[in-house]
Amino acid sequence: MGELRLMKGNEVIAEAAIRCGCDGYFGYPITPQSEVMETLMIRRPWDETGMVVLQAESEVASINMLYGGASTGKKVMTSSSSPGISLMAEGLSYLAGAELPCLVVNVQRAGPGLGTIQPSQADYFQAVKGCGHGDYKLIVLAPASVQEMNDFVDLGFELAFKYKNPAMILTDGVIGQMMEKVELADFKPRWTKEEIQANCGDWACTGKKDRKRHVSTSLELDSELMEQNNLRFQAKYKEIEENEVRYEMIDCEDADYIIVAFGSAARICQKSMQIAREQGIKVGMLRPITLFPFPTKTIEELAGKVKGFISVEMSAGQMVEDVKLAVNGKVPVEYFGRYGGVVPTPGEIVDAMKQKLIGG
Amino acid sequence: MDIKDIIKPENLVYDKTKVLTDNVMHYCPGCSHGVIHKILAEVIDEMGIQEETIGVSPVGCSVLAYNYLDIDWLEAAHGRAPALATGVVRLNPEKYVFTYQGDGDLASIGTAEIMHACNRGENIVVIFVNNAIYGMTGGQMAPTTLVGQVTATTPYGRELDLHGYPLKITELVAQLPGTSFVTRQSVQTPAAVRKTKKAIKKAFANVGQKKGTQFVEVVSTCSSGWKISPVASNKWMETNMFPFYPLGDIKDSEKETADKFKVQ
Ligand SMILES: Cc1ncc(C[n+]2csc(CCOP(=O)(O)OP(=O)(O)O)c2C)c(N)n1
Repeated sequence: MGELRLMKGNEVIAEAAIRCGCDGYFGYPITPQSEVMETLMIRRPWDETGMVVLQAESEVASINMLYGGASTGKKVMTSSSSPGISLMAEGLSYLAGAELPCLVVNVQRAGPGLGTIQPSQADYFQAVKGCGHGDYKLIVLAPASVQEMNDFVDLGFELAFKYKNPAMILTDGVIGQMMEKVELADFKPRWTKEEIQANCGDWACTGKKDRKRHVSTSLELDSELMEQNNLRFQAKYKEIEENEVRYEMIDCEDADYIIVAFGSAARICQKSMQIAREQGIKVGMLRPITLFPFPTKTIEELAGKVKGFISVEMSAGQMVEDVKLAVNGKVPVEYFGRYGGVVPTPGEIVDAMKQKLIGG
Repeated sequence: MDIKDIIKPENLVYDKTKVLTDNVMHYCPGCSHGVIHKILAEVIDEMGIQEETIGVSPVGCSVLAYNYLDIDWLEAAHGRAPALATGVVRLNPEKYVFTYQGDGDLASIGTAEIMHACNRGENIVVIFVNNAIYGMTGGQMAPTTLVGQVTATTPYGRELDLHGYPLKITELVAQLPGTSFVTRQSVQTPAAVRKTKKAIKKAFANVGQKKGTQFVEVVSTCSSGWKISPVASNKWMETNMFPFYPLGDIKDSEKETADKFKVQ
């Protein structure tokens, strides 16, 4: 059993970063996630593990500092909230194009624009459809507890390095701000020079010595070759879809109806399920843990067994599109959500389910 | 006498530096980028730091600089090179890290990144190629374009009321306590080339001594953008750019210490 603590989601991100051997954090303050960098600055990990923490001049700069660090084979991360992630869109596209690993945490707040600092899941499209320009994907993890905030930092780095691709933890102000019991991971040392050489030796810019020079670039002016690069990216995303889908299924065995929800919405929906079951409605829940790759096959299989789906989101209806694609018209797919920073209640979700899906 | 009898080590008076690759440069005739690349390559070679040097190339005509210098390179998004360099050097403080940027890249879209990298005193060399124009995109106005200068987006010449003032960003960064060596050079004559090489070498040596940000501006020509011959370009640069962007060292000091700035 690891060390148990009562911690805020945002604080856990910082602690987990230090413990998993992260080399560098670069960030810019924004509510509701400023505790990540604040916790790091209090912890002073540079004295402990040598991890670098730097407050950048903007999110544009932070994501590009990640590009710099990642190019040298280092484990680098940033965290922000929605408006800041929009500023990182350019950098994320470049990182994906140069096939560089890094971890980005989005503690979502409601938009559009400056919106409000209250929680939201309205950056779903931005996260799973790429975020910046060009055909690319981020690996997107959606924690539903403070424990998963802890676990997904290490997992995010593992996947990012395995696929040489940016990974994102897509969470929101509810999970960032709430306190829960968490079992912390044990300390893992940062990679040594030799380990970086072993893990990233064929691409990292560590100084040209006894080998061809390494170039971290997303540029390829020859369109035939650029198409080849894109084909390689697409093959990689396919591989990710085949190997890395993660989800949780709750009470789906006997279910007539399935709620699809992630993150904090999934937490609320667990209560809705309980209420519905007490009323004799057989409801199950599919909680995608990876939003890209999306559990399309699982939903497709469920579609052959149930009467309908409802996608419950703190957005105006984004994930529902992916649920619909997976269900492919076999049974009805409905959506319910509150947004603009409003969190739905378990009761209104049950009502919406009855009204939209079950009828009456 | 056969040429083979002449090419012997003892007759060698000049050798291409090994840090320069054999790739054919894509630069236009008369462009300053090629000369500056060569100077950089020679400095890296002479200092014996090829294995320790990491370059960051910009978006601009020198986006492909990584094809010409045989070192590890990162290619940045437009204007972001100083942020990339920060990431590299903070996590690899033993490396010689430099950015290579044009005036659009450094003084327009990347103003925030260069100011803050210099203000933090990042231990990097910045090579700033000021040709007073956007070369790569076909000769539009740059922040450093002179008043009255004709470009694709100032077809009647740069007008103050419409476009504001040419930006002397080098003088600005010299004000920042994080920079230690700030200089402005050029490469239109052999003497100027030698001076620039000396400046760049000093900048790299300073980085070796952890002296903070080293900023070397090279006032440059862009015959294609200016739409005049290479020879006329040199003349135009001397006549018009040098008075506004005077050559020489602007700052040569130690990065300032923290005590002076502390709250009481
Ligand atoms: C975000 C973004 N905006 C615009 C461009 C288009 N662009 C490419 S190079 C360039 C200007 C480069 O000029 P400068 O930095 O002066 O370098 P030079 O080409 O003169 O060497 C621009 C605007 C881009 N690539 N990315």
